[in-house]
Amino acid sequence: MPQLSASILIPLIACLYVGVIILLPALEVVVGAFAKGLGPFLENFQSAELRSAVLLTLRCTVIAVPANTIFGLAAATAIARRQFPGKALLLSVIDLPFSISPVVVGLMLVLLYSPTNGLLGGIVSSMGWKILFSWPGMVLATIIVTLPFMAREVIPLLEEEGWDQEEAARTLGASNWQVFWKVTLPSVRWAVLYGLILTTARALGEFGAVAVVSGNIAGRTQTLPLFVEDAYKQYNTELAYGAALVLGGVGLISLLLKLFLEQMLGGLRDTDPSR
Amino acid sequence: MALAIPGRRWRFAWPRWLVLSWSWRITWLYLGLVLFLPLGALALKAAAVGPGQFWQLATTPLALATYRISFGLALLAALLNGVFGVVIAWALVRCHFPGRRLLDSLIDLPFALPTAVAGLSLAAIYSTNGWLGGPLQALFGLKVSFTWLGVAIAMVFISLPFVVRSVEPVLEALEEDQEEAAWCLGASPRQTLLKVVLPQLMPAILAGVAQGYSRAVGEYGSVVMISSNVPFHDLIAPTLIIQKLEEYDFASATVIGMVMLLFSLLSLLVINGLQVWGRHWEANPDLSA
Repeated sequence: MPQLSASILIPLIACLYVGVIILLPALEVVVGAFAKGLGPFLENFQSAELRSAVLLTLRCTVIAVPANTIFGLAAATAIARRQFPGKALLLSVIDLPFSISPVVVGLMLVLLYSPTNGLLGGIVSSMGWKILFSWPGMVLATIIVTLPFMAREVIPLLEEEGWDQEEAARTLGASNWQVFWKVTLPSVRWAVLYGLILTTARALGEFGAVAVVSGNIAGRTQTLPLFVEDAYKQYNTELAYGAALVLGGVGLISLLLKLFLEQMLGGLRDTDPSR
Repeated sequence: MALAIPGRRWRFAWPRWLVLSWSWRITWLYLGLVLFLPLGALALKAAAVGPGQFWQLATTPLALATYRISFGLALLAALLNGVFGVVIAWALVRCHFPGRRLLDSLIDLPFALPTAVAGLSLAAIYSTNGWLGGPLQALFGLKVSFTWLGVAIAMVFISLPFVVRSVEPVLEALEEDQEEAAWCLGASPRQTLLKVVLPQLMPAILAGVAQGYSRAVGEYGSVVMISSNVPFHDLIAPTLIIQKLEEYDFASATVIGMVMLLFSLLSLLVINGLQVWGRHWEANPDLSA
C-alpha cells in the first residue's frame, strides 16, 4: 500500500514543482506578449530600436558561432584521442567559461581593453580601435561565454570513435586535411550539429557579459536580451514582452531541435550493431 | 592482442602529435587570445591593487553583504533543488505516468530560455498583481518580486536542471535487484532508500548541487530583473561589480570580480573531485563504502 501511494505521490510532487518553477514562467511570456491581442504584438516590430537590437544580436551570433566551431573542432582533434600529462587540466580550462559569472567575463574584457584603465588600453587607443561600448567587445564577450559548448560535445564522441578509420585513410594516402574533411568531420557531424544548436542558443540569449561591455545604448549597442531589460525598466511592458517572446521562441526551437537530435542519436545508437 | 594495443598507440601517437600540430596551434592561439589574455588582465589588475588594499576592498561591509546574499541564497536554492531534483529524477526514471515526456523536456527549459526572458517572466509572475505573487501576498502577506525571496526564486529556476540531469543516469544504471534484495532481507522501504539507494546516488546529487550552486552564485540576467538591487537587502555580488564599474571604481570592481573568479575555480575543483568520486564508486562500489 505505501508502494502505491509513492508511485502516485512522487510524479505528482515532481510535476507540481516543475509546473510552478518552470512551466508558469514560460507560459507567462506567451500570455504577456499577446495580452492585448495579435495586432499590438506585431506593432512592436515597427520599433527601430527593436530591429537594430535584433540585427546586433544576429551579428554577435554569426561571428561567435563559427569562431567557436573552428576552435571546438581544432581542440577536439588535438586533445580527444591522446593521453598526455595535464589533459584533465586542459579540459577543465576549456570548461572554465561555464563556471565564471558572465559579469566577471565582462569585467575581464573591460580590464583588458578599456582605453583608460585596460591592460592593452594604450594599444587600443593608439590604434584607434573601439572595442568596449561597441560591437567587437560584445562579440568577444559572446565568444568567451559560448566557448566550451562545441568542444564539449565533440571531444567525448571522438574519444569513443578511436583512430582506426583515420589510420586506414592515411595508409591509403590521404593528407591530414583530407582525413579531417572526409573521415573525422563526418564521423562527428551529429555532435557538431548539437554543439551548433547549444552555441547559437546561448549566443543569442547572452545577457550578463554583453551588458558589462556594451554600455547599453539604445539603437546602437543593445542586443535583444538587453533590449528586453531596458524596455521592462522603462515600463514599456508590451515591447519587453514582444522581444522576450522572440527570444523565448528561439530558445524553445533550440530545445525542440535538441530533443529531436537526441532521439535521432538515440535511435542510431540502438540500431548500431557494434554496441 | 589486448596487451599490444596500449604500447602500439603510445609509439604511434608521438609523431602524429607533431604532424597535426596545426590543430594544437589553433587551440592554444584561440585559448590564449580569448581566454587567457582576459583572465590575465583580471589577475594582473587584482595583483596591482596590493594585498592590504585588496583585503580592505574585498571585505567592505557592502561587499560582505553582497557575498552573504549571493552565496547564501544560492545555497538555499541549490539545496532545495537537491531535494526536489532527486524526486524529479526518480519520477522520470522509475515512474510511468502521463506527461512524463513533457516533464522531461521542461527540465531543460532553464538552459534554453535566455536569462533576461526568465527574469522578466519571473518578476511578472511574482509581482503583487501576478499569478503567484497576488495570492502569496493576499494569503501570507509575502512580497516576492523585488525582495530577496525573488532573488532566491530566480536562482531556483536557473539551477534546477543540474541535479536532475546529474542524478538521472546514475539512477538509470542502478539495478532494482539491489532494492529487491534489501526488501527480501527484511528492510523497510525507508531503510532501503536510506541505506541502499541514497548512498549510491550521493556523489551525483552533490555534483549536481555544486554545479547548480556555482551557476546560481554567478547568475546575473534573471536575478537583476526580479531584484530591487538595494544594497544590504537584495543586491547580489555580480550587480555590485557592475555598479562599481559604472561609478568608475575599477579597483573595487576588480577585487570583487577576483573573489568571484577564485570561487569559480574552487567550485570547478570541487565538482571535478565529486565526479571522480562518482566514477570511482561505479567502478568498485565496495571500496567507496
